[in-house]
Amino acid sequence: MILHDLLSLDLLRVIWWVLLGVLLIGFAIMDGFDLGAATLLPFVAKTDAERRVVINTVGPVWEGNQVWLILGGGAIFAAWPPLYAVSFSGFYLAVFAILAALILRPVGFKYRSKRESQTWRRNWDWALFVGGFVPALVFGVAVGNVLQGAPFQLNEFQMPMYPGPFYWKFLALLNPFGLLAGLVSVTMLVMIGAAWISIKTTGDVQKRAQKAGTVAGILAIVLYILAGVWMAYGITAYKIVGEIPANGPANPLLFDVVREGSWMDSYAARPWIWIAPALGILGMIGAVFGLRAGREGTTWISAAIGIFGVISSVGLPMFPFILPSSIQPNASLTVWSASSSHLTLFVMLVCAVIFVPIILAYTSWVYKVLWGKVTAEEVTKGHSYY
Amino acid sequence: MDIGIVELSRLQFAATAMYHFLFVPLTLGLSVILAIMETVYVMTGRPIWRQMTKFWGTLFGINFVLGVATGITMEFQFGMNWSYYSHYVGDIFGAPLAIEGLMAFFLEATFIGLMFFGWDRLTPVKHVIVTWLVALGSNFSALWILIANGWMQNPVGATFDPMSMRMEMTNFFDVLFNPVAQAKFVHTVSAGYVTASVFVLGVSAWFLLKGRHTDLARRSIAVATSFGLAAALSVVVLGDESGYEAGENQKMKLAAIEAMWETEPAPASFTAFGFPDQEARETKWAIHIPYVMGLIGTRSLTTQIPGINDLVKHNEGRIADGLIALDALEQIRAAKGMATPELKATFEAHSANLGYAFLLKKYVDDPRQATPEQIKMAANDTVPHVWPLFWSFRIMVALGFAFIAVMIYFFWKTNFRGGDYPRWALRAAVIIIPAPWIAAEMGWFTAEFGRQPWTVDGILPTVLSVSHLTAADLAITLLCFVALYSVLFVIEMGLMLKYIRKGPIDDVELTDEWMARHNSRLSKDAEIQPAE
Ligand code: HDD
Ligand code: HEM
Ligand code: HEM
Repeated sequence: MILHDLLSLDLLRVIWWVLLGVLLIGFAIMDGFDLGAATLLPFVAKTDAERRVVINTVGPVWEGNQVWLILGGGAIFAAWPPLYAVSFSGFYLAVFAILAALILRPVGFKYRSKRESQTWRRNWDWALFVGGFVPALVFGVAVGNVLQGAPFQLNEFQMPMYPGPFYWKFLALLNPFGLLAGLVSVTMLVMIGAAWISIKTTGDVQKRAQKAGTVAGILAIVLYILAGVWMAYGITAYKIVGEIPANGPANPLLFDVVREGSWMDSYAARPWIWIAPALGILGMIGAVFGLRAGREGTTWISAAIGIFGVISSVGLPMFPFILPSSIQPNASLTVWSASSSHLTLFVMLVCAVIFVPIILAYTSWVYKVLWGKVTAEEVTKGHSYY
Repeated sequence: MDIGIVELSRLQFAATAMYHFLFVPLTLGLSVILAIMETVYVMTGRPIWRQMTKFWGTLFGINFVLGVATGITMEFQFGMNWSYYSHYVGDIFGAPLAIEGLMAFFLEATFIGLMFFGWDRLTPVKHVIVTWLVALGSNFSALWILIANGWMQNPVGATFDPMSMRMEMTNFFDVLFNPVAQAKFVHTVSAGYVTASVFVLGVSAWFLLKGRHTDLARRSIAVATSFGLAAALSVVVLGDESGYEAGENQKMKLAAIEAMWETEPAPASFTAFGFPDQEARETKWAIHIPYVMGLIGTRSLTTQIPGINDLVKHNEGRIADGLIALDALEQIRAAKGMATPELKATFEAHSANLGYAFLLKKYVDDPRQATPEQIKMAANDTVPHVWPLFWSFRIMVALGFAFIAVMIYFFWKTNFRGGDYPRWALRAAVIIIPAPWIAAEMGWFTAEFGRQPWTVDGILPTVLSVSHLTAADLAITLLCFVALYSVLFVIEMGLMLKYIRKGPIDDVELTDEWMARHNSRLSKDAEIQPAE
């Protein structure tokens, strides 16, 4: 195949780095609002009818949203195989915690209202809470650790290794900065979840969601700024020294990496990336005001913009690093050393260009068909509701 | 290599994959059956078909979510437990997985919500299109995952790159049109259709035995038998196709399934029954059917099928050759891109057998130091355990023929004997409900266990594919998976039984009113599509 030479390898690598970001942001916004809504479930809805209303605000759409995560996994596998190999096995027990929580979620949605028993329903409500809260927390913790670098090595055959006992590998993730990042993530997703509930409901539930969302939004802003300051002064960054073979083979060991300076140096070198944190903070402020004022649509959009800004403000300064190694900096995975081959990147890009517009088209159609408030009457009468 | 880690990882993969595949076949088949039923509803406007769609749809939904819940595990498990595998072949293997997400999971998951929640929001024609899209999505998902799985059985369109130390794709279309993947797709999807047909048939038979919902049950049997008969035939005819592919690409697997220790003069006979003895390399009490094996395996009467002993000898040679490739590879990597052309040429000449040298990793850290003894042992390892393969394959095949018989019988009774089923036949239909699941699990076991000791046939041994984990990591997750999955399984079965007992929901009791609404909706569709 000659076609793939149309785009050079280094360009494809950058495109796929952008697409990786798009996928993560897509996941955080789309699946984020239903993770947030599930986290809020026990708190904003008191009676069984109210809970069914909240569940049904995301009932018809969470499955489609979750595919953002599944596709994220698949796309990392296809476009960044070393990243897939290192991150999922290196953060082993953390990934397992996410999995276990995500296994409860589909079942919780579908099975909860299939029996009359109140205990049954209450247990599933908590399962749904866990299914929303745990992934939201652990994803944030993971991002916090990516900024600091993960403790992995690559041997001479590029086999990823993680020295140390298993419990330590897990507990080490729960360092203060990691936990702070986790809290930013939880509060942010609760904020957008509240925005969604307030679009889809009325009355008490809507009011409680707006109140909870306001608090979560304010916390998210404060914690985000705190994390930013901490990153600027407390976290050591990574740098590639010497030659950068941007078109070379996917082999991190061919690069020299040192651990020095701060990620803020990137902000100094490329001032335009200040847009990202600015959008993050402005978006979240917009969402807080929207929730307080009881506006619906624009609130959700502000929250989404906020999430977009926050995640970009982590990814952009790290470029070209994707996952630095704290114990063998030369093993760090970068845009130039952790991608798939030229051909695979090209083929996958063609697939993405064909399918993403189709997906966006039918997804919007489905949201349009399902538009409107969910009411208690509808939920208790209709057979097809959860 | 720590063999305990390898064993635990295999156990975990087998457990979670086989659990996933408890739900997959019913989804694959029932989604199509639902779409057929709803199409009849839209075409005839008779509410009973809508009621049927909703009744089977409820059971479909209960099954579907567990397919999703267990599928997420599968998607992440390669990175978690098989990280060197992911690094080594992700360049090829990841692509179909990602395309599966783009093309299949989005389709199915986006529309399934609308399928359940959209009854009152969509016109019947639009709703039935949504149902078809869900069915299409599930079947696409099987296509792409089996392209991935087929590549592990027959790794085409890829080559090894010494500098990135992994396989890289050279031709996407070879991966896409891999004949093994196509045979697998047709066979596996048909197996799903058989599963759903047997399920619908069995549950309906139970209704008839109880004298409940007989209208619904009779019509469901009519659909299940026609669809199921076609599917049962296709499973067997195209199962044979699978055998053919195994013969071309995985001679060792085929020989093990057949417990064929020695090469036989063509055409080989088929061992219908026997007790394979791995130590003595012979099959006791064997009953042979002449010619049949040769026909399944090679589609000819003259091509020889090699036996296990000959294949082992052949593989010993491949290991020796692989060691030359490995030695060149070490030097190329040490030279960091400055390797001489001669070195590269040496590597190219022998790289096809590199994977065979890696088989020695089970015994020595540096395969180049292996003793002749160890090389012999590694060559012996290329023989999978014979008796489990021998038996699991035969159970699947026997059940395959049984399903054809069952489907023919009920098809005949339904269409030519006015649906007059004897009670014993209805009871039998209830009893065989689990059989297709057994056949499918046996099939996967044959395909995957027979691939041992390789994860990617001839390229990457299983011992080398694992992650750098501790036994504690794996034990914790394995225990949690088993506990979580067992609880969910019990809950699922409980709900299935509850909703089967409950029977269809009478939301169509107001038939006249329904017909009126239906007709007005249909005319609305007609305005949009005058062709109706
Ligand atoms: C896309 C790839 C793929 C697909 C579609 C499947 N498998 Fe597989 N299977 C593997 C990729 C794989 C693997 C990663 O390669 C394993 C892990 C260890 C090994 O040797 O192969 C494996 C092992 C493995 C084993 C254990 C074999 C052994 O350890 O001896 C069993 C029983 C199955 N699988 C069964 C299944 C079932 C029931 C599947 C249906 C969902 C399935 N496989 C789909
Ligand atoms: C071992 C590799 C496999 C992986 C990584 C995998 C992954 C997944 C994932 C992530 C889902 C959830 C998708 C959603 O949310 O809609 C899923 C569901 C599904 N998978 Fe698998 N799967 C594997 C094997 C298979 C095989 C071999 C088949 C079919 C032949 C299959 C067919 C399906 C179907 C039909 C669904 C829809 C949900 C359901 O089963 O109820 N999968 N799979
Ligand atoms: C006469 C009947 C049958 C024959 C000759 C047959 C043949 C085969 C063969 C040779 C394989 C292994 C392919 C490989 O090694 O990769 C296989 C796999 C499989 N079989 Fe069958 N089979 C039959 C009936 C059935 C039935 C009735 C079912 C289920 C209802 C079934 C389900 C499967 C599944 C799920 C697999 C694994 C996927 C695959 O490798 O295609 N088979 N079959």
